[in-house]
Amino acid sequence: MTTLRDWLIDDSPASPMQARLGRFYRIFGALMRNPLAVVGAIIILALVLTALFAPWLATHDPLRQSLSERLLPPSAAHWMGTDELGRDIWSRVVYGARITLAIVTLVAVLAAPAGLVIGVAAGYFGGWVDRILMGITDIFLSLPKLILALAFVAALGPGIENAIIAIAITSWPGYARVARAETLTFKNSEFISAVRLLGASSLRVNLGHVLPLCTSSMIVRVTLDMAGIILTAAGLGFIGLGAQPPLPEWGAMISRGRSFILDQWWVATMPGFAIILVSLGFCFLGDGLRDVLDPKSGEQR
Amino acid sequence: MANDSTTAAAPVRRAARPSRRRQRLTSLAGFLVTLAVTFLGLLAITFFIGRIVPIDPVLAVVGDRAPVAVYERVRQEMGLDQPLITQFVSYVGDVVTGNFGTSVSTGKPVIEDLARVFPATLEMATLGIILGVLIGVPLGVFAAARRGSWLDQGIRVIGLLGYSVPAFWLGLVGLAVFYARLQWVGGPGRVDIFYDGMVSPVTGLILVDSIIAGEWEIFRNAVWHLVLPASCLGFFSLAYIARMTRSFMLDQLSQEYVTTARVKGVPERLVIWRHAFRPIRVPLITVIGLSYAGLLEGSVMIETIFSWPGIGNYLTVALLNADMSAVLGSTLVIGAVFIGINKISDVLYRVLDPRAR
Repeated sequence: MTTLRDWLIDDSPASPMQARLGRFYRIFGALMRNPLAVVGAIIILALVLTALFAPWLATHDPLRQSLSERLLPPSAAHWMGTDELGRDIWSRVVYGARITLAIVTLVAVLAAPAGLVIGVAAGYFGGWVDRILMGITDIFLSLPKLILALAFVAALGPGIENAIIAIAITSWPGYARVARAETLTFKNSEFISAVRLLGASSLRVNLGHVLPLCTSSMIVRVTLDMAGIILTAAGLGFIGLGAQPPLPEWGAMISRGRSFILDQWWVATMPGFAIILVSLGFCFLGDGLRDVLDPKSGEQR
Repeated sequence: MANDSTTAAAPVRRAARPSRRRQRLTSLAGFLVTLAVTFLGLLAITFFIGRIVPIDPVLAVVGDRAPVAVYERVRQEMGLDQPLITQFVSYVGDVVTGNFGTSVSTGKPVIEDLARVFPATLEMATLGIILGVLIGVPLGVFAAARRGSWLDQGIRVIGLLGYSVPAFWLGLVGLAVFYARLQWVGGPGRVDIFYDGMVSPVTGLILVDSIIAGEWEIFRNAVWHLVLPASCLGFFSLAYIARMTRSFMLDQLSQEYVTTARVKGVPERLVIWRHAFRPIRVPLITVIGLSYAGLLEGSVMIETIFSWPGIGNYLTVALLNADMSAVLGSTLVIGAVFIGINKISDVLYRVLDPRAR
């Protein structure tokens, strides 16, 4: 074991592979020393495992209605009670993890690369390219995200796919800003000039050398944004513009439970706890990642 | 590029000494240009959203059994045969003159509806931000003063909860606990149904209107109803303000002048409130402005829960009825207020902070 550790933290790594693994090891170690980050990582891991193993974790079929078992309080048979159609809330929350995970993953996959490309292009080329791209970015940044997402979904039509598209449209500008700032710090460094002198095209310089250097701050930013994305998606679901019934989306579930909040409190509150837990997990992990990967940015949020 | 900078540098050097006023005028002009561009951007986005709606606006007017000639004529009357840029220009003209179209659900001009519902939102958000500042700032200062203590950890968690609790969920739970169980506050709506419409709207702010009318009973009832939604909103601004205050204070407390003050024997309370807190008042204004703008957005969810007749409720009803004129009108107004507040706090920061001038 000690030899593997020595190999990982070697000051003069023999191969890029060793250097990369060593870096990963150090980051991981630093992260594990931060208790909140560990809690966050465990929550996210739990979310992923719940989504993967939903059929095994769920005690009932999330869609099966059983009108004789309507609105039962939490009990041994129904851990979180049942909703107005007699569906088991625990099972629905478990399957809802899949939807939440799918939403945050898709938004990250759509918005982060778009923001990255726009930001790197603006930072690298400068001049009017920068002015136009950042002008558009700033306009989007100065508008309220939720309202914009609502308006886009209203135009595109309700549904989970459109909700994802709308959230992605409103979240790329933050990533573009981060990527541009990072690019500006690297742009004039010697190793970039060296690559350019070797005759590399600007596409190659950016893809091979600038983009990889932006990834760590992008990861921090994306993780910190996850909570907001989850809340927006749940909000769209709550209003009725996001995931449509009978999908067990947490926001939509809260919306169904709204009419019973005074007497059957569990219908609306249980999915809420799931949302809070997962969002908190992303916040904790994001804070921890920022302290490790991007210590200079501080509390700017 | 190189040429540009040499020619530009000369006049700048000459102008630098004599005229500070001119410099201010240029920065004011620059500010107005960004403001105008941002508003145009907002208009472009709402215009674009209006275009991608899959509903044919002409069919909505003529019905789907109209003959082709009628369809074409209406299409021309609505200006939809014009190039997009012409349509955009006339759209901007409409918005500037206050023509936001007619709402399908209320049958009234959108601008009238918005003027009617906006005060309710303003009232709730303003009380929310007052609560957020009054509680959030001291919490942040205490957390920084006792860094690492349980109090600090607790405030940190509250700060993060502000990012992770869904507003609509908080409102529902608040209603269940404080209205249904404890009966400490009033239920949904601005006043009890019994009092509805009893004071004539002068400002639209029911607290002010009831004072003007001298109806203290209604005033008390309105406060009773306002407390819970405003507290829910206030929680989010509290969380954000406390978090930012804490980080600003920590910055200041690590400065050398604070150490100097402590060494001189200044009592800790004075060190914190007089030495460390004073310099952060200016950046806090920006934070409070941002938070206030954010509350206008957050009120969409809270208003739905509390049946609060504000712009958020209007927007959600319009969303569900696919009433696009109302949706885009509300988006424009919320967006414009949002931009306005952000820019104002930006300007205040520059005016008040001598370093930023």
